[in-house]
Amino acid sequence: MRIPPFLTQRLAISCMWIITALTLGVLIFVVAYILYHGLPLLTWTFLSEAPRSMGREGGVLPMIVGTLWCTALAVLVAAPVGVATAIYLTEYTREGRLTNIIRFGADCLAGIPSIIFGLFGFVFFVITLGMGFSILAGSLTLAIMVLPTIIRTAEEAIRRVPQSYRDVSYGLGSTRWQMVTRVVLRSALPGICTGIVLSVGRCVSETAAVMLTAGAALGFPRSALESSRTLALHFYILSREGISMPLAFATASVLILAILIINLSAYWLMRRFVTKVV
Amino acid sequence: MKKEKIISLVLLLMALSAISSLAVITFFIFHEGLPIIFKVGLGGFLLSDQWYPTEGSFGILGMIVGSLAVTAGALIIGVVFGLGCAVLLTQFCPPRLVAIIKPSIELLAGIPSVVYGFIGVSILVPFIRDSFGGPGLSVLAASIVLGVMVLPTITSISVDALQAVPRTYREGSIALGATEWQTTHMVIFKAARSGIVAAVILGMGRAIGETMAVIMVAGNPIGMPHGLLDPVRTLTSNIALEMGYSAGDHRKALFATGVVLFVIIMILNTIALAVSRRRAGKVLAQ
Amino acid sequence: MTEQNINAQVQRNFARLAGEAAPPPPVPCAVGQPKMRIENFSASFDGTPVLRNIALDLCPRQRLAIIGPAASGKTTFLRSLNRLNDLNPAFNHTGRILLDGQDIYQSGQDVAQLRRRIGMVYAVPVPLPWSIYDNIAYGPRLAGIAAKADLDRLVESSLQSAFIWDEVKDRLGELATNLSGGQQQRVCIARVLALEPEVLLLDEPCSGLDPISTAKIEDALLALKEKYSIVLVTNNTKQAARASDRTAFFLMSDLIECGPTNQIFTNPTHQRTSEYITGHFG
Repeated sequence: MRIPPFLTQRLAISCMWIITALTLGVLIFVVAYILYHGLPLLTWTFLSEAPRSMGREGGVLPMIVGTLWCTALAVLVAAPVGVATAIYLTEYTREGRLTNIIRFGADCLAGIPSIIFGLFGFVFFVITLGMGFSILAGSLTLAIMVLPTIIRTAEEAIRRVPQSYRDVSYGLGSTRWQMVTRVVLRSALPGICTGIVLSVGRCVSETAAVMLTAGAALGFPRSALESSRTLALHFYILSREGISMPLAFATASVLILAILIINLSAYWLMRRFVTKVV
Repeated sequence: MKKEKIISLVLLLMALSAISSLAVITFFIFHEGLPIIFKVGLGGFLLSDQWYPTEGSFGILGMIVGSLAVTAGALIIGVVFGLGCAVLLTQFCPPRLVAIIKPSIELLAGIPSVVYGFIGVSILVPFIRDSFGGPGLSVLAASIVLGVMVLPTITSISVDALQAVPRTYREGSIALGATEWQTTHMVIFKAARSGIVAAVILGMGRAIGETMAVIMVAGNPIGMPHGLLDPVRTLTSNIALEMGYSAGDHRKALFATGVVLFVIIMILNTIALAVSRRRAGKVLAQ
Repeated sequence: MTEQNINAQVQRNFARLAGEAAPPPPVPCAVGQPKMRIENFSASFDGTPVLRNIALDLCPRQRLAIIGPAASGKTTFLRSLNRLNDLNPAFNHTGRILLDGQDIYQSGQDVAQLRRRIGMVYAVPVPLPWSIYDNIAYGPRLAGIAAKADLDRLVESSLQSAFIWDEVKDRLGELATNLSGGQQQRVCIARVLALEPEVLLLDEPCSGLDPISTAKIEDALLALKEKYSIVLVTNNTKQAARASDRTAFFLMSDLIECGPTNQIFTNPTHQRTSEYITGHFG
């Protein structure tokens, strides 16, 4: 018996609605579950104190500081390099073998799993370059990891700047560099920032790569050459080793809140960007 | 003029950083990992499931099978759910809802993998243990957790591919009397096929490469998994679990595990790039 | 077509077949030295010729209109005058373009400096997505002018010269992209005037505008003629007749003829010219 097409259609569409609803349900459940158990424990002392007895008590201040250090350094390294790459690809060269090679490198880098970055960072930064387990080694590893994201979003944003803007700028007597910095980058800024914000999110939530490079020291990091545990890694250790479930939940809710803020601001930037250019 | 030349050169140097990072990473991973593979022999390394690093046996077959099993499971979930969301978002969903659903799915990608692992181990694992038996920590649990994690990747790349299909295809098909659903699976899917294939392959890469969430829900025993409810150790978890206390040949063997993982990922990447490049070529040709 | 004309045409064609350059001599300026002199200028993109042996003088304080059907090389010619074509790697040229006797294509020429002396207005107004003030001040700032007082003065005087000051003086901080099309184009003209250029190039500046805006821009051009040499590319032959002193007719990459506007429009030498201006083709 042949099922009439309109029935198939109705069935298919309902299935897809169910699938999408389930997906959103998972999202809402994950966020709500963590926040429900974690938010009540999220006190000022938790945020402003160092952990005691291996994290069984106390707070997460050193981890927050360590996470901020790692993320900030990683983005400070990756953003200029990534944006410069995007500028080179779009404004300073013709499409050809060289651009293909550069893009191939970025695309491959984007697919490499974080544990491989961790292995590499461990043998290269920690051992070969003698940095030891340190914030510096961790953030350089993270920088390489987020580089493709920044390159790709920046390139896309720069490509969306109308060609006529470039003509106008040249016509008014700008050099190429003046055109790039004063017209192109200015117009592409929200898009570039979106990429940077997304990279911040990846750095904050990364665990495997920092575990092998930044180490897991509990102390308060006083310089970039010291080891520090990031929030995500702290949460992993607390929950995996069963040290303290309440504190694990509280740490996770700090992470979730940070990710929510980061994604919302990326989304806001993106919308601003789209409405502005179109 | 001279200043412009210098700027161009500096930018070029920066632009080469991505490809040179890739080269340095490849070099170091292989440099650390290859010697032990040669020492044990490719067969002894890849085709044995005896992993007793302190006694000098380094067989990773169990982990290769584990990674593939978990990835396959994750893909089934990720593809069904990811594609379902993508089709709904591009074909049947009112724009106002798209503006809510799409960023929500992107948010799903932003949640740290340890959080997924944690939820998996505190809710999913007990659920599987109670309803299906076994230890709970299992291929099934890892597949479900990974499936949720690769879903956003598959969705967002498929959405791009589906959106790139010219509107005229859809209108042309509907004008011939097809329903919207017939149009979607007979016309639009075919036109976006290579993009969707690329999405699935990239999702596969993410699933194979994911580490922390898998460690938390898979149980990580040494040896071959025999069923969906068996615990399993993957290539990635092998590295992350033992890196902390390994030394000598043991550490080298973990890098060798990394080499295998790296090769698998590079093959997947290359296929995905080739597929999506072909698509780009096709779109240009139109 | 007179016999003489046919002979001239035949001679040029023979010269071209022989691969020789035999450009018609440029018509001399009525007074003084030419501001720009184009000598035997040819241009091509990826080997396809788009301009052949153009020879032309641009006189000081004159408006030169360039007319001709689509794809006859007008815009390429205009963009050659301030080296905007250099941005396209496929572009190639031979011959010389002199500005005050200096070849603008000679090596060592500061292109950015050149483009400040020879300003360009595009067919579609392209305000940058900034305030009106920032749009006008952009060129002077590129040239290194930073003092607020200087910039203020330049912004006001150039907006006045472009006949738009009264309409925007109270909202200089607003986005230039929010202005109407005609206002945008006049802001774009003002933006070029703020460079204090010597030559003004306009590429069909009124093609997308209504008659009232067009009239305003033509009025502005008439006033600007006192200070600048102007080259106006236009598809609208009536506009060329109204708003220029000399007219050059381009056809299929060739300069067919160039002369005083009223002569071109009343008594052209070439039949193709008269056919074009009377609307037989193009």
